[in-house]
Amino acid sequence: MSSGTQITEATIAELRDLAQLTVELAKRAGADDAEVLVRDGSELTAKVRLGQPELVQEAGSRALGLRVLKDGKRAVTYTSDLRREALEALCRETVTLSDFAERDEFSAPPDPSLLATSMPELDLYDPAVAEVEAAWALEQAIAGEKAARGSDPRITNSEGATWSRVLGATAFATSGGFVGGYRGSYASFVVEPLCDDATDPSAPKKRNGYWWTASRFLKDLDSPEAVGLEAARRTIATMGSRKVPTQECAIVFDPEVSRALVGTLFSVANGSSFWRKSTYLHGKEGELVASPLVTITDDPLIPRAPGSRPFDGDGLPTRKNNVVIAGVLQPVLCDVYSARKLGRASTGSASRGIGGNPGPSTSNLVMQAGTMKREELLKQTGTGLYVTSLMGFGFNPVTGDFSRGAQGFWIEGGELTFPVSEITIAANFDDILKRIDMVADDLEMRTSTAAPTFRVSHMTLAGTSKS
Amino acid sequence: MTTTLPAALRAPFSAGGTNAIDANLANRLLGLALAAGGDYADLYFEFRVSADYALEEEQIRTLGRGITLGLGVRVTKGDATGYAYCEDLGWDKMAHAAKTAGQIAVGGGHAPVNVAQLSRVSTPSFYAVPMPSLTVPTPDKLALLRAADRAARAYDPRIVKVEASFAESIKEVLLFTSDGRMATDIQPLLRFGVRAVAEDGGKRQSGSGGGGGRYGMDYFADAKRDAEAHGREAARIAIAMLDARDAPAGEMPVVLGPGDSGILLHEAVGHGLEADFNRKETSNYSGQIGKEVASKLCTVVDDGTIVSSRGAINVDDEGYAGQSNTLIENGILVGYMHDRLSAKHFGIEPTGNGRRESFRSMPMPRMTNTSLLGGQDNPEDIIKSVKRGIYAKRFSGGQVNISNGDFLFSLTESYLIEDGKLTAPLKGVNLIGNGPEVLRRVDMLGSDFELSDGIWTCGKDGQSVPVNVGTPTVRIASITVGGTQA
Repeated sequence: MSSGTQITEATIAELRDLAQLTVELAKRAGADDAEVLVRDGSELTAKVRLGQPELVQEAGSRALGLRVLKDGKRAVTYTSDLRREALEALCRETVTLSDFAERDEFSAPPDPSLLATSMPELDLYDPAVAEVEAAWALEQAIAGEKAARGSDPRITNSEGATWSRVLGATAFATSGGFVGGYRGSYASFVVEPLCDDATDPSAPKKRNGYWWTASRFLKDLDSPEAVGLEAARRTIATMGSRKVPTQECAIVFDPEVSRALVGTLFSVANGSSFWRKSTYLHGKEGELVASPLVTITDDPLIPRAPGSRPFDGDGLPTRKNNVVIAGVLQPVLCDVYSARKLGRASTGSASRGIGGNPGPSTSNLVMQAGTMKREELLKQTGTGLYVTSLMGFGFNPVTGDFSRGAQGFWIEGGELTFPVSEITIAANFDDILKRIDMVADDLEMRTSTAAPTFRVSHMTLAGTSKS
Repeated sequence: MTTTLPAALRAPFSAGGTNAIDANLANRLLGLALAAGGDYADLYFEFRVSADYALEEEQIRTLGRGITLGLGVRVTKGDATGYAYCEDLGWDKMAHAAKTAGQIAVGGGHAPVNVAQLSRVSTPSFYAVPMPSLTVPTPDKLALLRAADRAARAYDPRIVKVEASFAESIKEVLLFTSDGRMATDIQPLLRFGVRAVAEDGGKRQSGSGGGGGRYGMDYFADAKRDAEAHGREAARIAIAMLDARDAPAGEMPVVLGPGDSGILLHEAVGHGLEADFNRKETSNYSGQIGKEVASKLCTVVDDGTIVSSRGAINVDDEGYAGQSNTLIENGILVGYMHDRLSAKHFGIEPTGNGRRESFRSMPMPRMTNTSLLGGQDNPEDIIKSVKRGIYAKRFSGGQVNISNGDFLFSLTESYLIEDGKLTAPLKGVNLIGNGPEVLRRVDMLGSDFELSDGIWTCGKDGQSVPVNVGTPTVRIASITVGGTQA
């Protein structure tokens, strides 16, 4: 198999030129302003199952997104046809399309003086990731799956093991004078074992589990064997899962799910949801919205981190922003548009996709670690539910009502005992955040949104009927 | 009646196009793909034009348009798949993709397979649209957004905010397989959506309405689903939910309303019957053919031939005609949904369920329009039969764990049933349970079968495809309701 194509400085320069050229073509087609995003990406996916290769997928693609503004009206288009005549046609069509929109005084581009003029070096690209060949990726996957299957005879089947990498280059140019580009790499590996669970002989079930590793840098990945063993351990641990009775109890969130709650907080505390008033937190900046134990920051400038970016989707410099300090909601993350709608300045938090309008987004959103050991947190909890995964979409941002399916372990005598599934946990999100009364010290920066283990003093657990 | 398109909406690879692909060229590419020893290859050319329009704050805010063009090449060797794609239909790029996909077979030591004579798969037409909405002037579509906005606001003065959207696309595919099939299809799709927010005192609630399918603008000709109707429906739900109270928690009877509730079926049993999971024996329905897996009342059908339905397909993405497949008959599991790979494994014909999101992804067994067929009970009697339980009317979505069958659904409109009557609307309710167990507990089935209006998109392994669902009113003896009132 051929190795991936390296993304070089020359590739980035080529994309920057293409973006600038298209800005120029759009202006010539009659646009007052134009913003162009170009992405070049390549992927490699190598999956094995039961020791045999199941899929090798390898390809590259390039796409361009254009947004034009004319007389305060806007239109957004995208294409993968990057020939000059095709781009000229796209520009004309986009300008024509914009005329059907209505004037929106808030959609003007940012003041040119605010645009980023220098790029921080964030070290987001590892050439070693690009050099990986499919054959090597398959070997990694085979080793990881083998470790999982060999670790315990109760692992009877496998959904497979998958090694993937993504390489990407992004360039962005605006008629206001911004032009920038950068490259990134990302490699990941996941193992998904399966076991047959006949704990209840009348209703035998299959149980699946998984574990994973991911990084922008090849040498920062955990070994395939370590991932396989942890995947097997997690799968076996779910054998005999059962419901527990409906009750109010303490809920402890594992880092794999605590970060999802931090992500949910952002979904109701950002410039877009604020100007739309589509969140129960509207108007609560400067107020206590969570327990004083909660401090959250968004930092796009952490070298090598998964969510880092040198400039934002409006072409503004990125910066570290506080989201919550000791439970108090800070000014929410904004892009240029939502900031204008709220009568304030952007926080440099815009992101945009090909063919979309920019909107506020997080980069590396991190909840600060506490001082407690996780074991101590469980010990002090005594009885309750330890949640390892959540299911479903039961969250209403307007009211804060939260109800999700949960899987995990019952805590008894301060220790994890039997596995639990087929139950839901519910409370208003406002109460959930304010009831966080213990935070562990086990923060790991594995994902772009990260949080330590924490405890919510009580929520409603719905399971079997009270007898 | 056929779908005829203006030149700008025709694929460059179609006959007479700027990049016309004929059987000769396809044969050469298939030959390259199989040169390393693969035992099967296919080429999937796709051209998609899409547009979307959005209204917010009583203004047309955004207009968007996009074009996607590409070729996906798949080569299989036993159960292993090599996949590659390109967006440039120049020979060099296509040949590179074919060779890359073919690498999966390297070391196999097989003689190259001969490419069979290509012959066209004859396809019926379940969605002939004489005039796709993309050919209709833009102002006509913007007028629909404004009409929905006005209707939602007129419904009740407490409606403070309305968002409306319209999305449309035309997808043209051209498919060649090394075992000699060639197929083409033009797939129109539109979706209309409205979201309304109601405010009263300190309370805020939102509601959504919408629909669509493989239609032209004729979709809106029916007064039950015109732009105003969707606007009023969004407003109705938002207003009704202002009085919502906290939902109960625990096990109790649940009555599913007709239509939308089919999403529960899609998650609870549909995914588990996709044959890839059963080929690998990772589904809780593996090895269950011929066994009783549901209450005798239940007959479940996946039908890709429902005219104009969002999940309809004339031909699947592997070149097999769309068809109607019975999955569960009177409670007995009779079949799975197959793609080529799983059908080969089970030694049967593919069932027309091999679908892919785009040329960038390989096909998998997927649902089309999945329904629980109607029964004998009067829907009113079903509600009357429940002393205390939940009536589920609208869903925002669901999720299932294929291996153990555990599922979860989120309700956006539901009511408490007390002494056989719908009483209070309930706040955000979740239903959680296990697919096979819940189907065994179906103990009343209404005669009021309804297909949901076309809004559903199904996600699996990162690939999204349009689907539809349908059910009559259904009573489930007991299911766990995830409210806050323990």
